[in-house]
Amino acid sequence: MPSFYHETNTVFGTHRNPVLQWIFTTDHKRIALLYMGVMFTLFFLAVSAALTMRAELFYPGQQFLEPHTYNQLFTFHGVTMIFLFIVPGIAAALGNFVLPLMIGARDLSFPRLNLLSWWLYVLGVVTALSSLVTGNGFADTGWTFYAPYSIRTDAHVLSTLSAAFILGLSSILTGLNFVVTIHRLRAPGMNFFKMPLFVWGLYSTAWIQVLATPVIGITLLLVILERTLGVGIFDPSKGGDPLLYEHLFWIYSHPAVYLMILPGFGIVSEVLPVFTRRTIFGYRSIAISSASIAGIGYLVWGHHMFTSGISDMARVIFSFLTFLVAIPTGVKIFDWVATLYKGSIVLATPMLWILGSIVNFTVGGLTGVTLGALGADIHLHDTYFVVAHFHYTILGGVIFMFIGGLHYWYPKITGKLYNEVVGRIAFGLVFVGFNALWFPMFIAGFLGNPRRYFDYLPTFAPYHQVAGIGGLLVAAGLLTVLFNFYRGLKNGKEAGPNPWRATTLEWHIPSPPPLENFSKIPYVDFEPYEYEKGEPVVQFDENFRRVR
Amino acid sequence: MEQEMAYDIQGDPHPVADFHDDYNGEKLGFWVFLLTEAMMFGALFLLFAIYFYRHAETFAASSGDLNVWLGGTNTVILLVSTYTMGLGTLMMRRGKVKASVGLLGLTALMAVVFLAIKAVEWSTEIGHGLYPGSGVLDAMDKGEILFFGLYFVMTGLHGLHVIAGIALMSWVMLLIRSGGVRPEHTIVMKNVTLYWDFVHLVWIVLFPLFYMIGV
Repeated sequence: MPSFYHETNTVFGTHRNPVLQWIFTTDHKRIALLYMGVMFTLFFLAVSAALTMRAELFYPGQQFLEPHTYNQLFTFHGVTMIFLFIVPGIAAALGNFVLPLMIGARDLSFPRLNLLSWWLYVLGVVTALSSLVTGNGFADTGWTFYAPYSIRTDAHVLSTLSAAFILGLSSILTGLNFVVTIHRLRAPGMNFFKMPLFVWGLYSTAWIQVLATPVIGITLLLVILERTLGVGIFDPSKGGDPLLYEHLFWIYSHPAVYLMILPGFGIVSEVLPVFTRRTIFGYRSIAISSASIAGIGYLVWGHHMFTSGISDMARVIFSFLTFLVAIPTGVKIFDWVATLYKGSIVLATPMLWILGSIVNFTVGGLTGVTLGALGADIHLHDTYFVVAHFHYTILGGVIFMFIGGLHYWYPKITGKLYNEVVGRIAFGLVFVGFNALWFPMFIAGFLGNPRRYFDYLPTFAPYHQVAGIGGLLVAAGLLTVLFNFYRGLKNGKEAGPNPWRATTLEWHIPSPPPLENFSKIPYVDFEPYEYEKGEPVVQFDENFRRVR
Repeated sequence: MEQEMAYDIQGDPHPVADFHDDYNGEKLGFWVFLLTEAMMFGALFLLFAIYFYRHAETFAASSGDLNVWLGGTNTVILLVSTYTMGLGTLMMRRGKVKASVGLLGLTALMAVVFLAIKAVEWSTEIGHGLYPGSGVLDAMDKGEILFFGLYFVMTGLHGLHVIAGIALMSWVMLLIRSGGVRPEHTIVMKNVTLYWDFVHLVWIVLFPLFYMIGV
């Protein structure tokens, strides 16, 4: 059966040139792969920037980087990782590929809009990277572009800001597409509580993209207008208030961390039932907690500003709301742990990544609660503690989940199997390396090592040196993952439609899936994770009529 | 095309939504899009509210520098144009294509007049040195700098939406000619009508905020 690699739908009719077939495709699966290609190239660039900083920090004092270059490096790392990699992230890459498959649809609601999102994304990438070679060099503001410095600096902030604006547009369109797709294109019979939990994660994410991104779009536009025309909205010398910039920035950027993690949570909920051979514990509570994290997460942005001069009342409210968001997150973690209980646990590579992510994310989440406490935050604000917390949630959490998901759906996407042993070794390297890299930073931060400096006091040297070695291990592990995927593609075994014996709809169609996925649309009147004695309950015949 | 069916375990058929032609999906998608627009303008209104609260008197005084009659005329023009736009879509649904095209053209014409009046206003203000970054304005009170900063940003962004509206109406004209919009398939025109409603709603709020607080 020809797969989507052999034939495709494009915007402008048929093309014989394979490159044109790819860049003008409207097939959600191809667009997902286009996203993945660009995103992971940028990911490895940003990892290199991080390793360069780690090398500079290996000994106290200045080694080989100018302080200004160091500022540009962490801005590059932040902007690339946040805006170019993790915000489109799981949703645009894996979500794009799997969402229609999981709900029994042939594509997204607006396939051409989906392609437009990718093109806007590429335009954003080019705009962001162009400032590496034009103007006075890459932005040195940090990824947050705080006013008034972002208005004053000589660096080429303008292109970075424009890039973030364009990327925001791309993200909004993806979110819109997902919302409509999930509302309109679910297979008949599949109500909201019969959707796989990854779809719930994507749905919550999509709403955050739609509701929060326009706010940062207009905020960044105002900074652009300040720099070009001198409109003084955030410029204190003209009566503007920089604090308002911070508010508007975080109104988007805090929900944005949930839009990074929620699809990741979805992947955890997909992988766990498959590798414990049982149904997920507390399906409804996981689904609803995704939505409530998105909802409450919208209202906690002020905890980034505890030391910025907002009122005590505001600080207390934001602190309370921050504690509140830990509740649905905790519900999820307990549900996952309860799923493991009495399951037949299979420690395959995707499962290892997911279990690792749960461990890391628990550390990251709990330290987040610490930071949400007013008194502790005054002490820990702007130290490495915050950076460690963030990396425990995003690198140890989201990216672990992302890589776990990539392993999980690798057979579906490529039709091949990767090497299990190499996969486990790679996980071990990254897991050990990651904890060596970031756990010492909790301690260094707690002892007062501030973030964002190219230098530190000599007493902190041991922590940074352990971290440096950890960084190398992480890099080695990531390269091993890449190597493993490449080798699987070259000479991996055929995967067959359902190598994991999983239950959700994407595993009922061939790997790799054909163009437009389903020859006939199934009728879905069953829960997504039904196992009996460790085997999937529901089976279809070739016409997608249910036989069992 | 025949309605596709999915069959349950008893063999009963259930209709499947076709992603190529999904009226409700296209409508829902456009509402979601308008929501993002509302969030974007909402952030600006929030900024306006905060700065108005801080500089209430200077804001009212600066508002007096704007021409409330020109602004008022523009408000009436937009109101009438929403009416003609809506009527045009109604006519299309009833199969009166010619009337529909005429009303659509009239709407676009009013949008152009709106922009022309806006251009007159802007050039008067710029002539008086009342624009962001000008020496005249920067020497004034901070409340005035913020008022005119917000004025140019918000009416400018609104003006861009009017220009986009004219482009969309022209596109609908082309679609009517090519058959993409026809009496039994009006979704694009309906969405453009929704969009135009939104653009006029934003103006309805902008007008009192900028022109009438000084009256």
